[in-house]
Amino acid sequence: MATQTTDVTAASAGGGQLVDEIRVAVPEGGLRHDLRAVGIVWRRELIRFRTDRLRAVTSLIQPVLFLFVLGTGLGALAGRSLPPGISFKTFIYPGVLAMSVLFTAIFSAASIVWDREFGFLREILVAPVSRASIVIGKILGGATIATFQGIIFLILAGFADVPYNPVLIITLVGELLLLSFTLTAFGVMMAARIKQFQAFMALTQMLVMPLFFLSGALYPLSGLPAWLSVLTRIDPLTYIVGPMRHAVFNHLTIAAASEQHLSPGITWAGWVVPLGVSLGIVTIMGLGMTAVAIAEFRKTE
Amino acid sequence: MVTHTGANAGRVVAGDEPGGNNGGPGAVISVSGLTKQYGEVQAVRGIDFEVTRGETFGFLGPNGAGKTTTIKILCTLANATSGTARVAGHDAATERDSVRRNIGLVFQDTTLDTYLTAAQNLRFHAELYGVPKAAVEPRMRQVMDMVGLWDRKDSLVSTYSGGMQRRLEIARGLLHAPRVLFLDEPTVGLDPQTRSSIWKYINDLKRREDITIFLTTHYMDEAENCDRIAIIDHGQIVAIDTPEALKASVGKDRVQIHTADDTAAIAALADTFGLDAAVHEGAVTFSVASGEQFVPRLFAEFSVPIRSVSVSRPSLDDVFMSYTGTTIRDAEASGTDAMRQMVQRFRAGRR
Repeated sequence: MATQTTDVTAASAGGGQLVDEIRVAVPEGGLRHDLRAVGIVWRRELIRFRTDRLRAVTSLIQPVLFLFVLGTGLGALAGRSLPPGISFKTFIYPGVLAMSVLFTAIFSAASIVWDREFGFLREILVAPVSRASIVIGKILGGATIATFQGIIFLILAGFADVPYNPVLIITLVGELLLLSFTLTAFGVMMAARIKQFQAFMALTQMLVMPLFFLSGALYPLSGLPAWLSVLTRIDPLTYIVGPMRHAVFNHLTIAAASEQHLSPGITWAGWVVPLGVSLGIVTIMGLGMTAVAIAEFRKTE
Repeated sequence: MVTHTGANAGRVVAGDEPGGNNGGPGAVISVSGLTKQYGEVQAVRGIDFEVTRGETFGFLGPNGAGKTTTIKILCTLANATSGTARVAGHDAATERDSVRRNIGLVFQDTTLDTYLTAAQNLRFHAELYGVPKAAVEPRMRQVMDMVGLWDRKDSLVSTYSGGMQRRLEIARGLLHAPRVLFLDEPTVGLDPQTRSSIWKYINDLKRREDITIFLTTHYMDEAENCDRIAIIDHGQIVAIDTPEALKASVGKDRVQIHTADDTAAIAALADTFGLDAAVHEGAVTFSVASGEQFVPRLFAEFSVPIRSVSVSRPSLDDVFMSYTGTTIRDAEASGTDAMRQMVQRFRAGRR
């Protein structure tokens, strides 16, 4: 009887379906293998995010506070200088939408620092895949999650009197994706250098708020004092918040003069930067930081 | 009756063509003149060795002796300062991906993603190593059966015990059918029972797969499981041979006595018997041929009161002692080594 029990264990363990020789030939590399690596690194980010629902909820708290509490509170004051029919909430909505992906995108790179401290990064680094595919998978994973967060916040657009126009939504999602990509690339680039989790969190926290405040997310870019005007033009986030606000205002019924005042576009010494150039700047920065991150990960002790 | 789990699982054929064109015939690992400098600290000071195909080769030495550094160089995780290392016929510095494809790794510290399930960890590995899609499921089952974890495949790794995590890491290291498996302190931090079960899996594995195993350990008893051992101390290989040959080279038995006055006992041993003794692990220790015949003489002629005596056949401990002049535990306790160990940990943490 006892024998039978153990045999059953063995049989169920072995299954009997196993072929005698399982031929595992690891390929010589190449694009297909690299794409599989990108895919799995990307998928891991999503699996981790799915099992971490708390993170999804908590990272929405901050933008919700900004939009509804700050938006309503300051709106009572700022409303007087806004044209009729435009609330302060509507005005700051594109900026706060950008904010909803800001933290998630940058902090998704924190998992690299985390993985390094807990050893998992080593499992990735000894794999026979190009460092580029690891970095790209990671950045795309973080960007996907952050964009997803942004889409959740996009659902709340109606509360800020932003219309649910399909063209507007598609435009905003595209811009969120670009923003998330560049921010995650920035985070991954930092994570390549900073080896301690605490240091990474402290440094990114320190950078995130100035990035947000200088982007013009909460105020129009026109009529600013010179020093602030210069700082806003240096902040890369400005070049995505501008186009996002432009998209929203394009779908509002508003007098041209008011739009010119509230969403003046980004100017360099009087020259209005075209939307394409603005988005191009963000794209180039994202690609540049991705390249730096890949170079960092190529280094060996 | 004991049935080996997965006894009907077949042999796995490594994908790559065997044999390196360089190094000795059948050498899977060949290292020559390898050094590694970390700032002021010279972790590895010029080592040479070869590991032949199918061999289980052990690196034995105290913490901080340079074992982990050597493994990191062989695994392409660190660059050597000078010298060359070839693994599975490829240069570890210039043909990294080719080396990586042919090796499996189990590190001292866990490198599992504890937020994923065991199966998810293995699938991640399979994708990263480009294991052909059709082979992933059967191979996963095979390696997990081998370490007895198939029925727990869908549990989160965070719910695994330390021993189970180590077994899972061994399974993962084998998933892509590597030609060489590196085990860096595979049983460190595990209780004795789990340690012996890990060894059962390793020995099982040797029978079942065409694989060369390179491991590091600072446990003497575990080194006995190896076909050959290199004793490494202060970044240098001081001896390299089979455990039996190394033990035979010592020849003498080890006698340890507890006395009322150790200093007097050491002096008396030198005067009366011409023996060179020293205090190790709290006992006066010396080596002598045919220890059991020496003990009666000791009692008859010795002036210092003896509280207890132990005689042991040469073990790897004695081998280590005869080559380095210290026991492995003493070596670890000494200040300079503790310092070196700290530097190494610091380095490991930064990686």
